[in-house]
Amino acid sequence: MAKQHANWSPYDNNGGSCVAIAGADYCVIAADTRLSTGYNILTRDYSKICKLADKCVMASSGFQADVKALQKHLGARHLIYQHQHNKQMSCPAMAQLLSNTLYYKRFFPYYSFNVLGGLDNEGKGCVFTYDAVGSYEKVGYSSQGSGSTLIMPFLDNQLKSPSPLLLPAQDAVTPLAEDEAVDLVKTVFASASERDIYTGDKLEIVVINAAGLRREYIDLRKD
Amino acid sequence: MKFDTSGLESAAPAFGAPSLLGDEFSAAPSFPVPNTTDFDGFQKEAIQMVKPAKGTTTLAFIFQGGVMVAADSRASMGGYISSQSVKKIIEINPYMLGTMAGGAADCQFWHRNLGIKCRLHELANKRRISVTGASKLLANILYSYRGMGLSVGTMIAGWDETGPGLYYVDSEGGRLKGMRFSVGSGSPYAYGVLDNGYRYDMSVKEAAELARRAIYHATFRDGASGGVASVYHVGPEGWTKLSGDDVGELHYHYYPVTPSTVEQEMAEVAGA
Repeated sequence: MAKQHANWSPYDNNGGSCVAIAGADYCVIAADTRLSTGYNILTRDYSKICKLADKCVMASSGFQADVKALQKHLGARHLIYQHQHNKQMSCPAMAQLLSNTLYYKRFFPYYSFNVLGGLDNEGKGCVFTYDAVGSYEKVGYSSQGSGSTLIMPFLDNQLKSPSPLLLPAQDAVTPLAEDEAVDLVKTVFASASERDIYTGDKLEIVVINAAGLRREYIDLRKD
Repeated sequence: MKFDTSGLESAAPAFGAPSLLGDEFSAAPSFPVPNTTDFDGFQKEAIQMVKPAKGTTTLAFIFQGGVMVAADSRASMGGYISSQSVKKIIEINPYMLGTMAGGAADCQFWHRNLGIKCRLHELANKRRISVTGASKLLANILYSYRGMGLSVGTMIAGWDETGPGLYYVDSEGGRLKGMRFSVGSGSPYAYGVLDNGYRYDMSVKEAAELARRAIYHATFRDGASGGVASVYHVGPEGWTKLSGDDVGELHYHYYPVTPSTVEQEMAEVAGA
């Protein structure tokens, strides 16, 4: 008798796309608000973006139950950090914490594809991109999720920043102004919604700069 | 002086998880394991879902001036290039480097863990750890997770009291000492160039150029390798990054486009 395989999987994919772009003194993080399962839309109004610290925001696509658990875990760890150090975690510190948190579930992974965006200790924009088990990299821009294969080439075309590995080093941060970056994000999601069934409904944009954090909502195609 | 046996402790603990508020470093990380009847099958599916970045070219060799370490920077997930700027040469401490091939998260995490263990060794024993010791620490950890699906093919390169050291360590539990290694899908191409041009008495500049060329040729022929060719040198004072060049630009540097001489030129015909 052939080995019986489980007909139940602990994972599901709720779809959606996320993008983050780092600027000289700002960071834009955006995600659509559609929550789906298979060919069904569960809701058009689900936020995939979570504020982890004052200057640190995470957007995650994949299995939203795992994403929710991950957000709670990081929130709890951040609270402990604040109690122990009497200050907020910086974005690079949170980036490493997220990497380790993901790797601790290496043999039963969080099905969560994350981008972390925020300002570093000098006020410069920074974006970190992850895989499901915690490998991470500081980049100038990134996209994750079902629309990422459509979005990434476009961002490469518009924003291709010199690799941080080049020697002599060249700056990875985009020369775009904040409003140009926000427009780029709107364009990118409009295009992705045309060709990715899991991306659409509404776009949530979060911008972090020296003045603080602001949120914007734009309508996308609902079909 | 108490003998430091932390390196002998098994990395996969049988029970207990480090407390959230407590010190997580001396206890090895403990990993929750899914409660399934078919662990292997589940792991196979989990690996498919995670699809670790595999294609790569890394190399390292010992010569009279120390150790030369080089790598590309492409990460691929199946046919999709997930990144062209991955750091595959990991700085464990100021005098030791590790290379990354296989699962990106596995390599990143365990190299950081190795760096922590090396630092603890320094503090406990008041002297730096040898390359032999560091590579053994890593190999023992990977051996204890053998069969669980970790994918790590790494080289530990460093300079200690005995001079330059180079070890190859992988997730099957293998550990080899050697003078020349190349790891990854592009390694056959890199070996071709490396083995052909290698001499022990090269200068640092010649060795760096050999390493750069070997990576370039591997990225030229292997689709899963590309991006930026980074070259590091490990000398008696520690490591320094010598160069980071985009391999696309290296191509035209090695093979410049010469405008061909025109023999006959076609003239524009006035519209009939």
